[in-house]
Order: sequence, then C-alpha cells, then structure tokens
Amino acid sequence: MQREELTDFLKTHFPGSVVREDAQYPELTVAAGDLTQTAAELKNNGDLAFDYLICLTAVDYKDKFTVVYHLESTLHRHLLVLKTEVPDRENPSVDTVSRLWPTADPHEREVYDLFGIRFNGHGNLQRLFLEEGYGFPLRKDFSDETRVLTLS
Amino acid sequence: MSKMYDFSQLTGAIDAYLRANMSPGWAVFTELVIIGLVALLLYALVGLFLVYLERKVCAIIQNRYGPNRVGPFGLFQTVADLIKLLMKELIPIARADKFLFNLAPFIVIIVSFMTLAAMPFALGLQAIDLNIGVLYVLAVSSLGVVGILLAGWSSNSKYSLIGAIRSGAQIVSYELSVGLSLLTVIIFAGSMQLSEIVASQADGWWLFKGHIPAFAAFLIFLIASTAEINRGPFDLAEAESELTAGFHTEYSGIKFAFFFLAEFMNMFIVAALGVTVFLGGWMPFHVGNWEGFNQIMDFIPPLVWFTLKTFFVIYLIMWFKWTFPRLRIDQLLTLEWKYLMPLCLINLVIVAFLVMMGWHF
Amino acid sequence: MTMSEEIIIKDIIVGESEDYMINVGPQHPSTHGVLRLEVCLQGETVKYLIPHIGYIHRGIEKMCEFDTYSQIIHLTDRMDYLSAHMNNEAVCLMVENALQVEVPERVKYIRTILDELNRLASHQLWWAAFGMDLGALTTFFYGLRDREKILDIFEESFGSRLLHSFNYPGGLMHDVHPNFQKRTKEFLSYFRKKLPEYNQLLTDNVIFHQRSKGIGYMSKETAIAYGVTGPSGRGSGFSCDVRKYAPYSAYPVVKFEEKLRTEGDTFARYLVRMDEMVESMNIIEQLVDNIPEGDFTAKMRPVLKLPAGEYFQRVETARGELAIYLVSDGNKTPYRMKFRSPNFSNLFVLNKITAGGKIADLVAVSGSLDLVIPDIDR
Repeated sequence: MQREELTDFLKTHFPGSVVREDAQYPELTVAAGDLTQTAAELKNNGDLAFDYLICLTAVDYKDKFTVVYHLESTLHRHLLVLKTEVPDRENPSVDTVSRLWPTADPHEREVYDLFGIRFNGHGNLQRLFLEEGYGFPLRKDFSDETRVLTLS
Repeated sequence: MSKMYDFSQLTGAIDAYLRANMSPGWAVFTELVIIGLVALLLYALVGLFLVYLERKVCAIIQNRYGPNRVGPFGLFQTVADLIKLLMKELIPIARADKFLFNLAPFIVIIVSFMTLAAMPFALGLQAIDLNIGVLYVLAVSSLGVVGILLAGWSSNSKYSLIGAIRSGAQIVSYELSVGLSLLTVIIFAGSMQLSEIVASQADGWWLFKGHIPAFAAFLIFLIASTAEINRGPFDLAEAESELTAGFHTEYSGIKFAFFFLAEFMNMFIVAALGVTVFLGGWMPFHVGNWEGFNQIMDFIPPLVWFTLKTFFVIYLIMWFKWTFPRLRIDQLLTLEWKYLMPLCLINLVIVAFLVMMGWHF
Repeated sequence: MTMSEEIIIKDIIVGESEDYMINVGPQHPSTHGVLRLEVCLQGETVKYLIPHIGYIHRGIEKMCEFDTYSQIIHLTDRMDYLSAHMNNEAVCLMVENALQVEVPERVKYIRTILDELNRLASHQLWWAAFGMDLGALTTFFYGLRDREKILDIFEESFGSRLLHSFNYPGGLMHDVHPNFQKRTKEFLSYFRKKLPEYNQLLTDNVIFHQRSKGIGYMSKETAIAYGVTGPSGRGSGFSCDVRKYAPYSAYPVVKFEEKLRTEGDTFARYLVRMDEMVESMNIIEQLVDNIPEGDFTAKMRPVLKLPAGEYFQRVETARGELAIYLVSDGNKTPYRMKFRSPNFSNLFVLNKITAGGKIADLVAVSGSLDLVIPDIDR
C-alpha cells in the first residue's frame, strides 16, 4: 500500500492507538495491553500482511522504555514501525510476539539481556551475551566502574 | 625373463654362508633378525618418503610450494617432523584405559608391518611366500580395525569414540569389496600365491589380459582400498573439520607418529597389493609374444618397475584426497553395500564364466 | 521422529538413554568464529541444538552512545568484517540522509564498486571455507589465491586489506588510487576465467551433490518467519534484496538480477552465492568504466550533529540485510544505535533446519548459511 493508504487503514483499524505520519516510516504506537492483539492483526490481515519482522529493539528514554518493532510485508512491500511504551522501570515487562514471528525469539532475549525487559510468554527467556547477575548495560543509569570505561 | 636377476641367489648365498658357520637354529635366528631389520629399515624409509611425497603432491595440486626449506627440495622435512614428534610430551589421559590406550598404536603398526612382509618386491625378494598369500594379507590387514577401535574406545572422549565407530563400520564393510575384487584375478591366475600371480603376468598384466572385468575389478579395488585405509573421500573418521582428529585425537608424540606412519604405510601396502595383482608386480610391461619389445622392457630392473608402478597408484590415491569432498558415513556405507558389492559379485560371476570358457588371453 | 513446530525450547526433551550432548565449539575448525553449539545427538542424528553466543560481545551498541558518527564507522567495520565496506556505508548513508546531504556521483559509483568487490571477496572466502569444511581442501587455496587479487586492489587504494574504514559521512576518506580502474578491470577478466574452475572442482562434483542436495531444507515461510535474508534466504525463494527494494548509492542505475532459487536446500544456497559472484562482476563492469570525475566528498561540518528524531537505514551486505535504527537527540553522539545484523537472524534458524539430520550435515548447513560470528555478538 502507499503511505497515506496505510496510515488511513491503520487509523481506522486500530482506533485506540496513535498513528504518526511525519517520521521516515509510518509509526503505530499501542498500549502494552493491546500489543498481542495488534501484532496478530498486523500479521494476519490480508491487506497488511506484515510477515517479516526486520528488527526488534528497545530504547531507554529516561522515564520509560519503548520497545520498537520494524515490520515489513513481503507481499505488499510496505514497512511499519510498531512501538509500545513500558513505563515501569523496576520490573518492566511486555508480551512476547515470538509466537507470531519466530525471529523475535532471539531478539527478545537480547533486549532482556541488555535492558532487563521481560517478555511474558517467552518460553526461554535467558540472557544471550552476558552472564547472570550482571546488570543491564544499555540502560542509561547503568555504570560498571571496574569494567566499563567512559571517556568523556 | 632369463635376464632378470633372481634375488634367491643372494638369499641362498647368505643362507649357505650362515649355515656353514653356525648351528641351524642360530642360522635361522640370524636370518630372521636380518629380515626384520631390513624390513624395518624399508618401512621407516618408505614411510618417511611418503609423508614428504604427500605434502609435495598436495602442494602442487593446491598451487603452492610444499616443504622446500629443510634439506634439498625439503627432503629432510619428515626427519624434522619425526624429531619433533619424538620430543613431544606424551599427555596421559585421565580415566583412560591405560593398557588399551598404549596398545592400540602398536597393533596398528604391527599389522601393517606384517602385511609388508608378504609383498613381492622383485624375483625372489619376498619375506614370506605363502601359498595363500592374498588371503594372508587380507586377514592380517583386517586386524588393523581392532587397533582403531581400541584407540577410540580407550581415549575416553566422545569425539574419539564417534570417529572409531565410524571407522570400524567403514573398514569392515569395505573389506568385502577388496576381497571380492582381488578374487577376480585369483580366478584368472588360478592361485593365491603372490609370486605365482606375478609370474602369470609374464605375457601381460592382468589389467589388460583380463580386459573389462579386470579393469572394473581394479577400479573397485582402488575405491575400496582407499576406504580401507581411511583416506581420501572416505576419511570421515579423522575429519578435521568435524571431529578434530577422530580416533587419534587424544594421542600425542610417538604414539601419534605410529598412527600417522601406519596410515602412510597402509597406503603403500594397498598400492603394492594392487600393483602385484593387477599391474604385474615387478614384471615389466610385456605384450603377448612380442619378443623384441619384451626384451627391451626387461632392461629396466624389476625393482624399478615395482617402485614406479606402486608410486603411480599412490599418486592416484593422493590425487583423490585433495580433490574430492568427503562422503558422509551413510553415503559411504550405501556406496559399498548397494553399489560396489553387487558390482563385485556380478563381476566375479562374469570372470568365472570367462575362465571356464577360456575366453581370456 | 519429526521435530515439532515449536520453536521455543522450553523443556529439555526427555531423552532416551542413547542421547548425548556434544559441544561443537567454541574452538572448532569449522564454526568460523567463536560459536558454541550444544548439540544433542542420538547416534549420528542431531535431535536439536542450542547455540550459545556472546564470546565476542564487545558492546558495540553501548560504545556507539559515546562515539561521534565518524568514530562509529570504525566500530561497524568490525561487526561483519567480511562486508566491512557495506557496514560503513550504512552509517554514512544514514548520516547523509538525515542531514540531507547530496554526495557527489563519483562517490556513489565508487561506493557501489567497492561494495561489489567486497561482496566478491566475501563470497570467495565463503567458497574456500565451505569446500574445506566438506573435505575438498584444495578449494581453500584456490579461493584465497583469487581473493588476494581483490585485497591487493584494496591495499593499494586504502592501505589496508580487510578493514578499510574508507567511507566517511559525506563521501570517502580520500580519493582512490589512479590505478584503481585498471586493476579492477584486470581482476574482472582474470576472475571470469577462473570461475569455471570453481565449478569444475566443486559444483559439478557428484560427492558434493550428495553432501548438499536435499540437506538442510528451509522453506520460504521459514525463511521469512526467521528473518533469514541474503543469499541464505534467496536460496529458499525469499526475495529480499535491499539493493532492489530500497536501492542506494549507484544501484538505481545498474542493471542486475536478483538470483532466486526455490529448492531451499544447501545446494540452492550454494548456487545463489555462485550466481551472485557473476552478478557482482556484471555490476562492476557496468560501473568501472563510467566513474564520473568530481569530488570525493561533499562539504561536511567537522562536528556532525543529527537532528533529533529516528532514522532507519538498510543495506545489503554479503550475508543479508543490515539495518541500522538510530535515535538521535540532537547531540554529536547517538542516543541509541541498534544494528540489526543479518547473521543474528540467520543463526537461529539452524536448529530448525538441522534437526533430524546428521552431524556431517550440520557442518554443511552452517557452512552454507555463511555465518560470521562477530556480527552475531556485536
């Protein structure tokens, strides 16, 4: 679909979420509770058909986390950015999408490893690169005096 | 034929000399010692040379120089390697079965040494000339698989075990093809005695006299014996890229040198066996009854003929290894049981029929 | 027995007593790089495998938050070091698009030529190592012998053979050597004659067919679901070439085909890469004679500050789609830089496609996926 078509479609289909049009790609921000449903709809709807999850990551804005999904459809060749916000910094958690897109399995483990965000329903949420007990390095409030050297 | 030097003159002379000067028992003992020393020397020298040759052939195929620093043309490279291996630490494996661990390389070396004894190098130059020569060689070389299995088992390592079991299955399977392909020439020649098989090729090698069935048998022999010695496309047991080194992973120093040397000497032995049975052994290249031609061919000494032919076959075996990828274990066994063995059996029936009808040369 | 479709290994499968686990790696001749595969075997058959990574995790994404954009170029080199040029180009393109800088045509042409040379060199090394893993040890020498010619071209222009860091936001670090065109053309004519040798040695070999046809089958749906891009995905029919769908640099002006195969086995992935080598040579041939004269860089400020916002840039490396997601807050260092590396997604399909096969097949399949481990770990 063309960009305007896509944004209109998203606005009508997901009334509860925020659609942003002025970024590089159309963005859809949903509440954490709606994530699974929205993701399923994005994948299974024939006009959208977002079957290829390019990238899954998280960003630490200091008051909240945002989990960002870049989705593409191999059928229609349109790209969408899906976001959820996780305001809880103590025990952040979000639903998993690895049942829909199996490639999310290692990506979510990486996000858990580096940010500490748990994914509910992920069968194998273990750390990927780092050892157990190490902090979450990509958080903005992380510091490891002995092993990480910051050059200012 | 009459121009060929008969080594039994030399051996007879030595025997007479010894018996004249010692009691018969001591004479026999001394002869055994002499033969043992000569054979050991041959084994060591040929082994050393083969290792060097392999590296040079491998290098030429891979578009590079081989060893060319140590000695003229790198000839002493193997000596340097041998010294290095002798000086390496023998790493003892925890919880390995020590007796079997130490026994395994010896079994492998002893077996290949025993088969070397039966090869006819020239007229009269043969340590043991049994009338069941071929059977003896096959039987003794089958014992080598015991050494390999022991090595893999006693190393107490998963990788070694996998390698040894694979190797055991492979060797046991391919023995059949080796035996059956040799059987075709035995039917042609009418005897299992190696010196008689060579003598029967005085008017042409069995490869040419036996035409298509003998040629097919030679090809099958070549493939099957490459598999027997764990070389070339059949070296899954020691596949570097999968299992580090297979059944001899845990060996170091002189024990590893034994396995290494035994592999090359096995290559020499199967080449020598193939040459003896199919390519005429030490017999020069004779064509039927062309007396003039045969006389010219006789000028080259039989020992030289034997050496050239053996090294030609060795070169073929080395060529395979450096060109082809490896076969997987089930593909290897499929090749043997579903393709080579039925071919061998059919070949055997054809040859038996040919000999019965007298249609061979 | 068939492996279930469950992709999440939640419980250890209750095994019969013949099962045993072996570790392939982290030091192993055929996992090229430090990768540990915990393989559960039943005899010779692989039941499942669990990859363990992180041996070469250097925290590149964290480091990027403290480095300026021109410093990040040097970090990206070291991710997938065999496609170093494409990695650099991704960062440069992102910065240039964000700052809306128009790079000179000369830069675009040279970048694309270097991309394709890099892709060729990477595929040559892949071929060399793949043959070696399967036992045809000679392929290693033939592949590397020819790759040296490309590395000589690189060395002449940039001074280093593998990690050039030649791209710079706005253009190139300096202009290419005057001999560049001539040597590239010489190399093309040389390699076109050598490629049939490769086919004679490996592609047409019956043993190789037995080792690779029907092995490690990956369907198109699996490839899309697991995000397997690059030649590994194209071998299953997943049309994912970023050079076609989101072209950059000089790709809009060249004519080339995206090589797709539908069989999805190791042999198909092999053939896709062999075809891509020929396509790379075609692309270079179209460009090398027509490099426009001009500057080797656009005028850029010394300190680069990207406007606040989010940016997403994709390039096609030799192994798949590399995507960079950047969140900038207006400073000279990124706020968050995420590298979506192709090898990361490619690795985790390994369990699915090797289950039920033999150990020897595991080596063939992981060779055909062409993994570079530092790219997985970053």
